[in-house]
Amino acid sequence: MASMRDIKRRKSSIQSTQQITKAMKLVSTVKLQRAKTRAEQSKSYFKCMYDTVTSILAKAGTIDHPYLKAGESGKKAVIVITSNRGLAGGYNSNVVKLVTKGELKKDDVAIYALGRKGKDTFARYGYDIRLENDEIVENPSYSDAMKLSQTLLDAYAAGEISEIYLAYTAFKNTVVHEPTLLKLLPVELEQNENEEQREPGTPMNFEPEDEEALNMIIPKYVTSLIFGGLVEAVASENGARMQAMDSATSNAEDMISHLSLQYNRARQGSITQELTEIIAGANAIN
Amino acid sequence: MADMNQFTLKIITPERVFYEEEVEMVEFNTTEGEIGIYAQHVPTTVIVKPGILTITKDGNARNAALHAGFAEILPDRVTILAEIIEWPEEIDLERAEAAYSRARERLDKKSGDTDIARAETALQRSIARIHVLK
Repeated sequence: MASMRDIKRRKSSIQSTQQITKAMKLVSTVKLQRAKTRAEQSKSYFKCMYDTVTSILAKAGTIDHPYLKAGESGKKAVIVITSNRGLAGGYNSNVVKLVTKGELKKDDVAIYALGRKGKDTFARYGYDIRLENDEIVENPSYSDAMKLSQTLLDAYAAGEISEIYLAYTAFKNTVVHEPTLLKLLPVELEQNENEEQREPGTPMNFEPEDEEALNMIIPKYVTSLIFGGLVEAVASENGARMQAMDSATSNAEDMISHLSLQYNRARQGSITQELTEIIAGANAIN
Repeated sequence: MADMNQFTLKIITPERVFYEEEVEMVEFNTTEGEIGIYAQHVPTTVIVKPGILTITKDGNARNAALHAGFAEILPDRVTILAEIIEWPEEIDLERAEAAYSRARERLDKKSGDTDIARAETALQRSIARIHVLK
């Protein structure tokens, strides 16, 4: 059995860890609230954007446009949104796994890493990292997303990359976060059930013409998806950290109560032993 | 629809819902020129160019500086997906004027590597900002 002093030392170390996890939990709860409101506020924009783009594509289905067709050569760009700090449970590794364990081949992939954790992991696995940006995930702004999508679209137009994916953690609610791999370009037409709601007989006109409109709207679409991914990822990060810290705090609680029991048992044991020794000593003198 | 002369104008940005009300008319600048929209407009999608957005509601006009985005126009509803839009009170005049002279300067002494399209957009933006304040 460990000595009394060892147990005491262990207990106080766990106690101070518990204080840290408790504080971190409170901080991420506050941050989560803020990120959640933000994600909810921007949701209507993305919904409208998605509806508009799908309705345009439904109409322009036959158009032969570079944004709608995969390039022949070139790598597949994957934007990976992770956090800068750890201690968020499986948050970072789940996103990374999407890319490493998915159908994408390592040699075909070019990583655009947003967030330090993802960058470090991919660098360790020896992936081709084209771009890294740590600050963007701290406080995502729309202009940052615009710059990033511009870089990607330029590379896409130049034929350096043939497909663009976004790997991020979708924020369903406070406790459910889903790692998601989303294909940004070329745009794939999904069957959209909202389409039937639009009254038939009112075809949409475009000014300028369809093709030009696509040229201008698709970049905005990509930007908005990247921004949406960022905002949701930040909310998920704080949600994941809150959960991780919550369970860490309660685990520490369990360990402390177990150690207290051991400590008290050891204390009683040593008192009993001392008493036995004293009595035995007194007996020997008599 | 209770009133045939009004339609729902919804202006949303990535950060917030900027405006959502029943209005009579909205005017703004598009790639094809300035347009004014009343209710019962033919369904159209247009691309926004930097300029002044004017909302007319109950006979009162209200301005805002609209910089980028696109708009979906339906007979009873207009949705503007704006990337950047500001009310006059949110604009910093000094900054706008500085941006104006910077862009002007870049366009005046054009060199080979000047990104003309970018400078022009910057110029249009600063003009829209300054005009909406005046």
